Amino acid sequence: MESKRVVVVGNGMVGHHFVETLVGKSAGAHITVIGEEPRPAYDRVHLSDVFAGRAPEELAMADRDTYKEWGVDAHFGDPVVKIERNKKEVVTQLGRRFAYDKLVLATGSYPFVPPVPGHENKRCLTYRTIDDLGEIKARAKDSRVGVVVGGGLLGLECANALQNLGLETHVVEFAPGLMGVQLDEGGSRMLRRKVEALGVSVHTGKNTQNIGKGDSCALKMEFADGSELETDMVVFSAGIRPRDNLAREFELAVGERGGIVVDANLLTTDSNIYCIGESALYDGRIYGLVAPGYRMAEAAAAQIAGEEARFTGADMSTKLKLLGVDVGSIGDAHGRTAGSISFVFSDEREDVYKRIVTSGDGKQLLGAVLVGDCSGYDSLLQYHLNAIELPPEPQALIAPAAGEAPVLGAAALPVTATVCSCHNVTKGDIVDAIDAGCCSVGDVKGSTRASSGCGGCAAMLKNLVDDELTSRGVSVDKSICEHFPYTRQELYHLAQVGETRTFDAMLHQHGKGHGCDICKPAIASILASLWNDHVLDTPHIGLQDTNDTFMANMQKDGTYSIVPRVAGGEITPEKLIAIGQVAQKYDLYTKITGGQRVDLFGARLEQLPPIWQELIDAGFETGHAYGKALRTVKSCVGNSWCRFGVQDSVGMAIRIEDRYKGLRAPHKLKSAVSGCTRECAEAQSKDFGVIATEHGWNLYVCGNGGMKPRHADLFATDLDDQTLISYIDRFLMFYIRTADRLQRTSTWMDNLEGGIDYLREVVIEDSLGLAAELEAQMTSIVGTYQCEWKTTLRDPDKLKRFRAFVNSDETDNGVVFVKEREQIRPARAEERLRLVASSK
Amino acid sequence: MTAAEKLNWEVVCRRDDLVAQSGVCARVGEAQVALFYLPGEEQQVYALNNRDPIGGANVLSRGIVGDVGGRLVVASPLYKQHFDLNTGECLEESGVSVEAYKVRIEGDTVLIRN
Repeated sequence: MESKRVVVVGNGMVGHHFVETLVGKSAGAHITVIGEEPRPAYDRVHLSDVFAGRAPEELAMADRDTYKEWGVDAHFGDPVVKIERNKKEVVTQLGRRFAYDKLVLATGSYPFVPPVPGHENKRCLTYRTIDDLGEIKARAKDSRVGVVVGGGLLGLECANALQNLGLETHVVEFAPGLMGVQLDEGGSRMLRRKVEALGVSVHTGKNTQNIGKGDSCALKMEFADGSELETDMVVFSAGIRPRDNLAREFELAVGERGGIVVDANLLTTDSNIYCIGESALYDGRIYGLVAPGYRMAEAAAAQIAGEEARFTGADMSTKLKLLGVDVGSIGDAHGRTAGSISFVFSDEREDVYKRIVTSGDGKQLLGAVLVGDCSGYDSLLQYHLNAIELPPEPQALIAPAAGEAPVLGAAALPVTATVCSCHNVTKGDIVDAIDAGCCSVGDVKGSTRASSGCGGCAAMLKNLVDDELTSRGVSVDKSICEHFPYTRQELYHLAQVGETRTFDAMLHQHGKGHGCDICKPAIASILASLWNDHVLDTPHIGLQDTNDTFMANMQKDGTYSIVPRVAGGEITPEKLIAIGQVAQKYDLYTKITGGQRVDLFGARLEQLPPIWQELIDAGFETGHAYGKALRTVKSCVGNSWCRFGVQDSVGMAIRIEDRYKGLRAPHKLKSAVSGCTRECAEAQSKDFGVIATEHGWNLYVCGNGGMKPRHADLFATDLDDQTLISYIDRFLMFYIRTADRLQRTSTWMDNLEGGIDYLREVVIEDSLGLAAELEAQMTSIVGTYQCEWKTTLRDPDKLKRFRAFVNSDETDNGVVFVKEREQIRPARAEERLRLVASSK
Repeated sequence: MTAAEKLNWEVVCRRDDLVAQSGVCARVGEAQVALFYLPGEEQQVYALNNRDPIGGANVLSRGIVGDVGGRLVVASPLYKQHFDLNTGECLEESGVSVEAYKVRIEGDTVLIRN
């Protein structure tokens, strides 16, 4: 059978999702994508992040290589201008022709610009694409005041962007309130209070009549009520209109107010042409959110692959953070359903507004509005979507009255309940994942992608996973090992509160038995981050893995490798020569590491002290490559040499490495500093990474390379040196206090309820009131730093441990080297036999 | 103890050479013997051949000692399998074991049965 030719017009989020879904079905279709924008699909929902420091490239959802890999033919920057339905071909602006069996229109929408006189001024812009962002940014450079026309969801996002650009920001709305579609009057009023408190001026009920030349600013806006507002730039974000021009021109049915008419099969009036996303009009309605668009894409892809699938409308409930304010809207937020009743809670001290709309008998949840506190959103949404009967006193769901609001138990959810709406993961999918062997939130997240979108369902997911595991008799045992019935975090608190300084005391007070290779190093690490004693002090001997005990890294043959610290990767020729001389003298295998240091391999136990004596004499100190500790802070050369650098990245890397060197943590810690957004130091693959900006430093957290690489998340932007250091202090100390054993920062954050937002609250906003304590603790650790090797070399008792045999000066005859590429390496078993035989 | 019995025990090292709650290595003839010193236990000292049969290197004296399921063990520093300090058996891989030696402390002296 010849493969079906599918042509997709438009490469926005929905168009891309369609391609991804259809490729995943391996239906043997040949797919061609034609996009108008010069770049492949990107995440439009997070557009305003670019103003908070995120690189536009990071928004990318697709790239040319991936499409190539999928066998998808992709063309960008050349829009389709003609559909020849009789020939089943489309024609682009450049005159290229593509034949189709099935055509999918995913042309999206464009921003509506009211036809006000003056709107074509070059200081009047729109907010929709990455290119729009560039223009807004450029325009903001010579502006002091900015106005956003439109007080809806996108308008407020855009206001956030203007504020981030440092403009005095105004929002002008035609309707009497903000976010009139999603919020009722009370919610809208509360949102306004909060937005104004953040420094954004809100003008509602304003009908713009003219945009002319200003007196104190570049422009003057004149409103129907006679009032005026001066501004340097205007951004229109007053709603969207479906891009249905192709349909109009080539005679597919469109709605009275726009939109390409589709049926439940997403078919237009031509049975070979589908339409999905914001350009589609289903049942008289345009779905202007991404999640319903995805559902349409999935249904259309399934149909083309020959499966049964229909689109029968989608829930428009939404939860988001606008200008830092939590806003949630579910179902019939305005209480327009006949016979419905409402419960309202308003707290003008804490600026929280909540309303639920129920059926007349109070049993079914029809809608809800949440402003200032979205903590109940997940439960409410489940009540609404699954028609679960409400508790007899439904007001308890929003009233903070006595104690906690009743949380909807995970067990009460039907298997069809959607838990993660970003990735459309149901309770059933999660139960299946657990049946297939997942036994933690992290596992389930990895396998189903649940909670890896907006993260709003994290608490619900954790609740569900715990509940499922418990119900299968998997006791969710958090004990670190058989000797301590506690988690690492609990042990940390016990040691801190009890001021316990030794493992024996911990075991005596909180554990049983002798301990083991799990709890001993874990508690040694806790004690080190609390009190920072030398790892070889008597009470701590025997607690550490061999690497920590002998302060070197054991290799497969029992010899060790040595890594001196080279802070920031900066090293003088003299020091390089010194390393070379030591390596030459002891015949060590030498390799450059990924962390910009030099690793020396093949040192026997008894050689470690003399080697270190020579290194210390040459001015080196230990690099802690053996410890669950800060390893290296990689850097690029920065503005001292580089044509593109904007800050001294090497200087900052050295400062950071010197500050945190020797810091013991639940796992190894890596860092890097890049001198500009080209990111040559790969800071986004580190536990904490720093990227220079023109105004300071952007801080990224919780990335890692290794087995499961993960990009770090942007945490804070444009920090000065001191703020950067204090945020890192708090971040690291909070991680050390609360992470599990051997949990890297990324998994730690994934398991924190609330994820990065929660972390920001703790570190930046100091929501737990811990910041001063965390910084003080870090200062104390920094103050008690010692080079462990220097201390060891001064202490004959500690040196006694570095003997191959306690009763002989011989060396371990099991260590045998051969030469390869002019350097040593451990002999393989057969080589060793040959060598040992010939020496006898 | 009879003279004949005494003859079978060989002095390895002094008590001072041992490290409490941890291991050291000694030469006994051609063999490398890992000595573990647990002063709180009745027997106080345990001895296993130093060679980790799984990793194939002489490293057991450099492992962490402890107990697992009520058995005193050392964890190999290479791949973390546990070896019973009394019998030398590997807990994770049945059939794998290292030689265990009889060892005792007399006054300041550590003795091993040859």
